[in-house]
Amino acid sequence: MISLSILEAGLVNGLLTGGVYALVALGLTLIYGVLHIVNFAHGSLLMIAMFGGWMLVSWAHLDPYAALPLMVVIMFVIGWGLYAGVIGRISGGDDRRILLATLGVAIVLDNLALVLFTGDTRTIETPYQFAVVEAGPLLLSVPKLISFGVAIVLALLLWAFMALTDTGRAIRAVAREPDGARLVGIRPGRIFALSYGIGIACLGAAGCLLLPSFYVSPQVGNVFVLTAFTIVVLGGMGSFPGAVVGGLLIGVTESLGGLFLGESLGPIGISLVFILVLLFRPTGLFRAAR
Amino acid sequence: MTDPLLSVRELRAGYGPFQVLHGIDLDVAQGEIVAVLGANGVGKTTLNRALSGLLAPSGGTIRFGGADLTRADHAAIVRAGLIHVPEGRRVFPNLSVRENLLLGAYVRGRADRAATLERVLTIFPRLRERLTQHAGSMSGGEQQMLAIGRGLMGQPRLLILDEPSLGLSPRLTEDLFDLIATLHRDGLSILLVEQNVVQSLAIAQRAYVIEHGHVALSGSAAQLGEDPRLRAAYLGL
Repeated sequence: MISLSILEAGLVNGLLTGGVYALVALGLTLIYGVLHIVNFAHGSLLMIAMFGGWMLVSWAHLDPYAALPLMVVIMFVIGWGLYAGVIGRISGGDDRRILLATLGVAIVLDNLALVLFTGDTRTIETPYQFAVVEAGPLLLSVPKLISFGVAIVLALLLWAFMALTDTGRAIRAVAREPDGARLVGIRPGRIFALSYGIGIACLGAAGCLLLPSFYVSPQVGNVFVLTAFTIVVLGGMGSFPGAVVGGLLIGVTESLGGLFLGESLGPIGISLVFILVLLFRPTGLFRAAR
Repeated sequence: MTDPLLSVRELRAGYGPFQVLHGIDLDVAQGEIVAVLGANGVGKTTLNRALSGLLAPSGGTIRFGGADLTRADHAAIVRAGLIHVPEGRRVFPNLSVRENLLLGAYVRGRADRAATLERVLTIFPRLRERLTQHAGSMSGGEQQMLAIGRGLMGQPRLLILDEPSLGLSPRLTEDLFDLIATLHRDGLSILLVEQNVVQSLAIAQRAYVIEHGHVALSGSAAQLGEDPRLRAAYLGL
């Protein structure tokens, strides 16, 4: 029988992992909410962010957490540039073409990474990567605690930005009523590029938070992006609270699934939760009140 | 004679090969209410979209406050004080009433925004009661008030009202026209685009009747109200 403390450990570990999932999903849901497309380049851009972090750590000898603000800025610029220079131009405002453009960007980035970094997996070493803190009967991994804390703080900051600033309001306005937005002088094209940049900046943070406990390879994005798609749909497409709650829920489900069903059968838990949510709440846990 | 506030000459616009406006001439003087009348599909909405920069004109000129705005983009037009309250309100349904109003001042920034908000809320006490409510949950009449309020937040020199009475009950329509008259008394210039001919002519100084992308009739509101052609076409008299 599985003892209570193992169950507790599984639960807490799942929550901690879920924080980063939530961050990846937040970027995806923001882009979906404003541009009304699924960003197929999300996984590849997460991979780019992780390689960026890896380079800063192994070549510039930065601590991964010191690299984080830098990678947030770099990924924002990359995201902005990709939308303004490539995706927005190719698509001419047509949703289907935006979708295809993001898919094209993904293919190019994946292969670029293969050329530059080969298919090897890489890791970084930090003095704290195996450090744990004791919390009652639980042993909590320090990098996971930090990543959870930072992810939650960033999610709150993003929420505050969207709720309290003029630019955040403009993003929400464009998401639902682009013509109305033009009539108050908002330029939707800029808002699209900005939203894409912010969504990708989330990946800059997520990449650095993952580095101490995860490997990097050109395929690493796939590991997370399917989970992130699941979270976004499960939470309610375009919903911020949905992405956060969905991320934590999937983190816990994955962890407990592994605990009860073993490593190979464990991931089935995610699909089960996903199917159940879609059966009873087809629009997701949170209605997308963007 | 001093230049009119808005001066439109030979304005042509359309969608691709499909021309809707075939050369419109139109003036609005400072402090005037000018009505633009016409049935559905004659080009009134296209005219408004061209004036507010949502649609690039294919010919002609738009001068506003002495500046040429023919090729200006929509944000520059709003900044110049030419503000369009569109047909169908186009409020932000997912934002609160307060947020909708604040975005009305988007191009102006925070300077004197609080004072403008206070003034708008004095004009629309109903909006004050509903500041935290989502705009999407309000009635059509309230959304129309919000759309006008949002337009006023941009401190317009000329307000274009596009079919403001559309979908409103007769009583609400009457309130709306009272409100337009009040805004005008406070010195605002208004271009009123309406199908509601009788009430529009009652508060406007001058009017243009548009048919098939042309100005078919124009003159003082009093003259046009007596014009047998207008009476036959729109009033069924």
